[in-house]
Amino acid sequence: MIEVAQLCLYGLVLGSIIVLGAIGLTLTYGILNFANFAHGDMMTLGAYLALFFRFGFGWPLGVSLVAAMIAGAVLAVLIDRAVYRPLRNRGSVTLLIASIGVALIIRNLIRVAWGPDNQYYRQGIQFPIRWHGLRIKPDHLWILGAAFALVLLVHLFLRYTRIGKAMRAMADNRELAMVTGIDTERVVRWTWAIGTALSVAAGFLLGLDTQLFPDMGWNLLLPIFSAVILGGIGSPYGAMAGGLIIGLTQELSTLFLSTAYKPVVAFVIMIFLLLIRPGGIFQTGGAVKL
Amino acid sequence: MSAEGILSYLVFFFTMAGIYATLCLGLNVQWGYTGLFNIGIAGFFAIGAYTSAILTTPSSPLHLGGFGLPFAVGFLAAGVVSGLLALLIGIPTLRLREDYLAIATIGIAETIRYVLLNEQWLAGGIRGLAGIPFPLRSVLGPRLANYFYLALVLGILALLYIALERGLRSPWGRVLKAIREDEHVASASGKDVFRFRLEALVLGSTVMGFAGSLYAHFVGFISPAAFHPMLTTFIVWVMLIVGGSGNNKGAIAGGYIVWAIWTLTEFVTDFLPSAVATRSASLRVVLIGLLLIVMLLYRPRGFFGEERHVSRALARRAQSGKAEL
Repeated sequence: MIEVAQLCLYGLVLGSIIVLGAIGLTLTYGILNFANFAHGDMMTLGAYLALFFRFGFGWPLGVSLVAAMIAGAVLAVLIDRAVYRPLRNRGSVTLLIASIGVALIIRNLIRVAWGPDNQYYRQGIQFPIRWHGLRIKPDHLWILGAAFALVLLVHLFLRYTRIGKAMRAMADNRELAMVTGIDTERVVRWTWAIGTALSVAAGFLLGLDTQLFPDMGWNLLLPIFSAVILGGIGSPYGAMAGGLIIGLTQELSTLFLSTAYKPVVAFVIMIFLLLIRPGGIFQTGGAVKL
Repeated sequence: MSAEGILSYLVFFFTMAGIYATLCLGLNVQWGYTGLFNIGIAGFFAIGAYTSAILTTPSSPLHLGGFGLPFAVGFLAAGVVSGLLALLIGIPTLRLREDYLAIATIGIAETIRYVLLNEQWLAGGIRGLAGIPFPLRSVLGPRLANYFYLALVLGILALLYIALERGLRSPWGRVLKAIREDEHVASASGKDVFRFRLEALVLGSTVMGFAGSLYAHFVGFISPAAFHPMLTTFIVWVMLIVGGSGNNKGAIAGGYIVWAIWTLTEFVTDFLPSAVATRSASLRVVLIGLLLIVMLLYRPRGFFGEERHVSRALARRAQSGKAEL
């Protein structure tokens, strides 16, 4: 029983990291209408940027995170201007292919700049706190707290700011949003900035939980896609639910399966979902075509 | 480098590029003609390679089989197994949006890689499969066998090209293009869109399975590292986009052009100081990524592009019609 509770804790930690990645991905997916395969590698880049601010400039870890989120947001807007915006009218698949190119460029530039080895935000082993038989690392509490705070901020942003409302409107129905006079290019810029800042935070927390390496974001991309599809494409609240479900299922699956198959579990859930409920668990996504 | 060295390098180059061109032909059936977005090429390539390897290697305690069957059996089985896998993926996903197929295929490719990595009884796990027989090496000796293999690869490539050109110029191929352009129109004129898509997916993946078999027998040793999804899949996509999607000649030319660029970048990065050289493989991927984006931005139809007309008979009629006027 205690083992299940322990795995649930790990699942919540992993789930909250996936949630942060999934909100960003579902927003760009819904608003820009393409599956951004560079999202995982932006996570990785964000984690490494924070590492650079931490050790290059000697800033505290929290400040490094905020700086990396801002840097990531600016970079995403620049990449959009250079690559995605000129391709915007050429269909979602062209954008998808371009994003694969961007993904490989980012990941390999990281390899060139930082090398292929594992890196850490801090040295040494953290001793877990014992609580009713559960082993809780202090970092886990930080991860859960930071993820919760960011999700709350996103919620307030989407609910109460004009630009947040415009984003939701565009994710729901692009044509209708344009008819009502929403400045779509401005919404697109904000979508990239917010989505990427969140993915940078996800990458940072993942690095804090384990370690930094060039494939870290790519390895998490399939679970994140599963969470997005589970929650319905374009729905940030769906992505939150989807991320937690995927995180918990992945960790609990280790009761029956080798841990090496964790990412595969997420994928199998997604395929079954596509078969029985292609619009996501809340039936909000527009998946059925034929 | 001696003349002989250059010759053997050229044989190696044309064989490898031919194998990639075969992959590219398979992708062209799926994406170029039918608009199916398969980014799990590495998975089908791996399945083909492993199927062929397990069937043809001598019996071994390190993995399933081997069954010691002839190369031809392994080659055909590679295509069949890869095609069957495509059938299994296609049935749930081909009715959905095109990007769902993309995510599903990359998921399959990753799943396959994880299984190959972790199931040692099946395919040797991380240590891979060694001792895959090279056709006719014992009869012809290593050098002649290499020439023979190049001829074999080019022959298979030519056969596939002719067969695919015929198929894609037939009414069947025209339906595929119609589906790519507007599936609703195709469906309204009574075509079973789902079935045609499934056929194109299976056919293309079968070709990719063949390529996997050719690869396995050429290099003699395969491991999961050789089938990293982004790298193997990505380079084939760049090949098709550079060559010209929807054009079989373009697919083959793209395969050779991009493989040449890939090889040349290796020469260039060899000149870098040794401290940087360990990271040169990454720089090469960056260059290929830039090539893709530049092509997408400035030359989206590729070097060859798709031929505009639908049938040669119609084009001839249009020509003679003009002459009469």
